[in-house]
Amino acid sequence: MTAPLTRPPRKNPVLRTRLPVLPPWQRSRIALGLTAAAAEGRFELQVCAACGTTQYPPREACVRCLGPELPWREQSGAGELLASTTLAHSHDVFFRERLPWRLGMVRLEAGPTVVVHLHGDVGDVPARVRVAARLDKAGMAVLVGFPENDVANMADDRQLREMTCDPKFRKALVTDGRTAVGQALARALVDAGADVVWVGRAEPWKSAAGLDELTALPQVSLLPLDLTDARSVQELAAEIGGRVDIVINNAEHHRAYGIGARTGTDAAQAEIEINYFGLLRLAQTLGPAMRSRGADGQSSAVAWVNLLSVFALSNFPAHGTYSASKAAAYSLAQCLRAEMRASGVRVINVFPGPIDDEWNQTLPPPKLAPAALAKAVVAALRDGVEDVFPGDVAQEWRQRWNESPKVLERELALGAGTS
Amino acid sequence: MSNPTPRAGYDGVVVAAPVTVPYLRHSIRSAHWWIARALAELLVRSRLRKEDIDGLAVSSFLLFPDTAVGLMQHLGLSPRWLDHIPMGGASGVVALRRAARAVQAGDANIVACLAGDTNHVDSFRHTVASFSQFARDAVYPYGSGGPNASFAFLTDHYMRSHGARREDFGKLCIAQRRNAMAFPHALFRKPLTLDEYLDARPIAEPLRLFDCVMPCAGAEGFLVLTAERARRLGLPYARVLGTIERHNAFPEDPIQVRGGWALDRDELYAQGGVGPEDVDFVQVYDDYPVISVMQIEDLGFCAKGEGAEFIRRHDFGTDGSFPVNTSGGQLSVGQAGAAGGFLGLVEAARQLTGQALGAPVADARIGLVSGFGMINYDRGLCSGAVLLGDAGT
Repeated sequence: MTAPLTRPPRKNPVLRTRLPVLPPWQRSRIALGLTAAAAEGRFELQVCAACGTTQYPPREACVRCLGPELPWREQSGAGELLASTTLAHSHDVFFRERLPWRLGMVRLEAGPTVVVHLHGDVGDVPARVRVAARLDKAGMAVLVGFPENDVANMADDRQLREMTCDPKFRKALVTDGRTAVGQALARALVDAGADVVWVGRAEPWKSAAGLDELTALPQVSLLPLDLTDARSVQELAAEIGGRVDIVINNAEHHRAYGIGARTGTDAAQAEIEINYFGLLRLAQTLGPAMRSRGADGQSSAVAWVNLLSVFALSNFPAHGTYSASKAAAYSLAQCLRAEMRASGVRVINVFPGPIDDEWNQTLPPPKLAPAALAKAVVAALRDGVEDVFPGDVAQEWRQRWNESPKVLERELALGAGTS
Repeated sequence: MSNPTPRAGYDGVVVAAPVTVPYLRHSIRSAHWWIARALAELLVRSRLRKEDIDGLAVSSFLLFPDTAVGLMQHLGLSPRWLDHIPMGGASGVVALRRAARAVQAGDANIVACLAGDTNHVDSFRHTVASFSQFARDAVYPYGSGGPNASFAFLTDHYMRSHGARREDFGKLCIAQRRNAMAFPHALFRKPLTLDEYLDARPIAEPLRLFDCVMPCAGAEGFLVLTAERARRLGLPYARVLGTIERHNAFPEDPIQVRGGWALDRDELYAQGGVGPEDVDFVQVYDDYPVISVMQIEDLGFCAKGEGAEFIRRHDFGTDGSFPVNTSGGQLSVGQAGAAGGFLGLVEAARQLTGQALGAPVADARIGLVSGFGMINYDRGLCSGAVLLGDAGT
């Protein structure tokens, strides 16, 4: 059984901080299909459309019938450990400073033999294993061999923790604590074992429901933070910038208008000011410090979570300017992800459907409960995925968008989702 | 897989002028430099002019961005037959086999088979990181252990399946070291004890330091021509009695337990008109001892899984009951990139032409050389073997 993590000692600022390096990230284009699925937490392999052969490593043709149609299909990952080794030597700097490193060779029931990072709780050969795909520090999919059945403290496995963003013993910032979603996120982080949860609050002179109960939790403390104000962001960074391991940027402005139902640009500007420029200010200010701490021990900086919207993929005309601001934020988040890549800090984009809050009052159910959203975010951190579509509505939109962005655009224009 | 039509024989083709450019642990020269030295040495030894070489087969990992083609202009050669053989540990056997066909067909009269690689301080890491598409996609990101990790799996599996012990592999490594002590070009010539072998630094369990080849710089070469021409040139030679080549054999095996030799060995022995019992020494491709054992089994010297027992029964010295890797093999001489795939062949040719640099195998008339190359993903894909006989066979 994996030994449970212990709280890391307080950091000695005089000692050197280990600099981030990445595991080997080069892949052929075809192999990125594995990453595309792992980014959403799925383990998929190529399955030949013609003969049904499941193959790995990824190929440009079916290894059996040479067929060119090789759709990626979700796998159970069930398999048997054929051989294992523990590396005491590596050619790569990333692994060199993390040795020893356990590996396995697994025969999947689906056919192929796969090389995997082997979880410490998998027993000796012969052993049943469950193979799953995870994103490594480089953001590239790798396969991990887990024990067939869950055991205690599995997430604390030293190797696995290099591929996840588990909040346990980490320090997190939630940028807006005044909303039900922000408060649910803070509670979920505390429940997940976070050491410290800083909760931002714009306009601190105003009271907000639920804040007193939240700050009664010993891990939670409030900090003034207004994403529309560069100085406010800088002051926050000066105070906690070198300690934040997880950022959850949930601050947003949301008004339910399209173009014609309102004159002027005030509401749209307010949305852009927080949803887009707010992210930009925060990323410019907190990003560099997080990047430098991407390999800072057991509780390194690991994740930057953006609360976007499934409306970022395709405009929902009833909330048209909001959709546009989220689309802008999504695009910027992709830029942030690329810039954070070298540090190993994962950018996680969350695309919920309508949240069950005042700004979605007129939308019919199902709507996403703040607690469910918070749960999905913590799960994403624990599993180390980078794109999350929490709830039934988001899942359905995601599927429609995958199938045909154009068809979805028409469906939304015709009023889908409003009644 | 079966062989419905047996390959034609290799009658009249011989190997001559085995040369080795002494190995170095590291070199600031390029692969081109090492291959040029091998060719120059071949010409000196054979008293031929560059123009007399009308065919070449070249093997190297580090010629990039060149191939054998660029090397021709680099070295000022105009052959009418040219092959580039990127098959690592199988390169020597495959080069010989193809050159033999070229000579038989009259496509070339004298083929120089050359292999060389350099070893800068950081070359090996680069070679391993970009060894193949599958390695880059599905192996190197997993701990970046290189071939050590791949062979650790195969060794772990073999030991569990067949009850082989580290002591068994150790006996083979120690015997090779003893052979190397007489071989002037070996980089390791210090005696190795079983305790040193067993207690060595772990690399990738169950592999420890002395299970792993050391990358180095070096080059090897030999000529392939007809016996008649060799006689005319006054060159001592070894006859090609038979040779086989196979790629990606047994892809259905979930983990490698055998190589292509198991598929083709009957034909190999049939070509030579001999059996395993007639072989006086064996040069196996030994980047790790487990693969040596696999070759001994697959080439019919013992049954599958009985390799460990075979090791316990035999002495592998040049004067032993079953001489193996008579110059010390790569484990003691060093692995000079693709030249590692030539090492055994060049040594066998020396043994059979009375030119052994180290200890000769007394009265050796027939030698078997085996090649194994290219861990593309989870297993070595190229296998080959050649039976060589002395001039009297």
